[in-house]
Amino acid sequence: MKDPILIRNAVPTDLDAIIEIDDVGPKEEKPAYWRGIFAHYGSGEKKDRIFLVAEAGGDIVGFIAGEVRAWEFGSAPCGWVFALAVSPNMRGAGIAKRMFDEICRRLKGAGVTTVRTMVDRNNKVTLSFFRSRGLRSGRYIELEREID
Amino acid sequence: MKLNKGSLFALFAVLELAGNGDRQLSTTDIAEKYGISTHHLAKVMRNLVHSGLVQAVRGVGGGYRFAGNVSRTTLLDVIELFEKLESELDMPKHGNPAGEPIVAELRSITEEIDDLTKAILDTITLETALKSTRLRKEAAAGGSGGVAAGGGAK
Repeated sequence: MKDPILIRNAVPTDLDAIIEIDDVGPKEEKPAYWRGIFAHYGSGEKKDRIFLVAEAGGDIVGFIAGEVRAWEFGSAPCGWVFALAVSPNMRGAGIAKRMFDEICRRLKGAGVTTVRTMVDRNNKVTLSFFRSRGLRSGRYIELEREID
Repeated sequence: MKLNKGSLFALFAVLELAGNGDRQLSTTDIAEKYGISTHHLAKVMRNLVHSGLVQAVRGVGGGYRFAGNVSRTTLLDVIELFEKLESELDMPKHGNPAGEPIVAELRSITEEIDDLTKAILDTITLETALKSTRLRKEAAAGGSGGVAAGGGAK
């Protein structure tokens, strides 16, 4: 039986669905951001820049994006996952797990052995997901302040 | 996290003394300002003197003064004089081997929490804490100062 979920490289026609899945609310929709991200990461030609989507029944139901980074304060190159979302009505079906495992596989293929990400501490769904995939508090501490 | 009284009183005292580097303060001065036990604070001060962070000045007008390096001493340096900041699992003495993986996992989780706590406390110097305190005071007084690093001026 054919796998109902297909994990594949994002292509330009996926962009509208990606923007729709990005769960930030209408006030903060950021199509320009996603177009820029897609231009940078979406070609699928560079193994250290990865933009994947999950497709089910011809619909885009999730996406994940990441890259190999090496510039954070002396860090050795690592995999950095900066976007992950699944359509609300498709959650619980293991789609995020499939996408995350695939991006980890590719990041490993690009030569890194650590994967990192950053999530708002109130975003329990995403934090719980990454915990479930074995991520723990890392060696880097995120700092921030309001810009007056 | 919950700091024990010794740590908390020590932080009060050290920050107070470091923020008033030009004068000596007595145990009573500090205890009254923070509404804490003079008797308990006196014991804390003895530990602080022993550690070298604080110096006792005898004689008329004597008291205590800060003797450390305000830009290098961190909150963790002070706290660790009084407690280890390491979580403990209150395990029964005769554990069940079948439960050991769960115990190991819980230990690992509490260690992660402890590591984060210590990492934060170990990067806040007394100087930084005092500066943030000043900004907090200014903000409360209606000044233009903001409070960085977790301040509540939002």
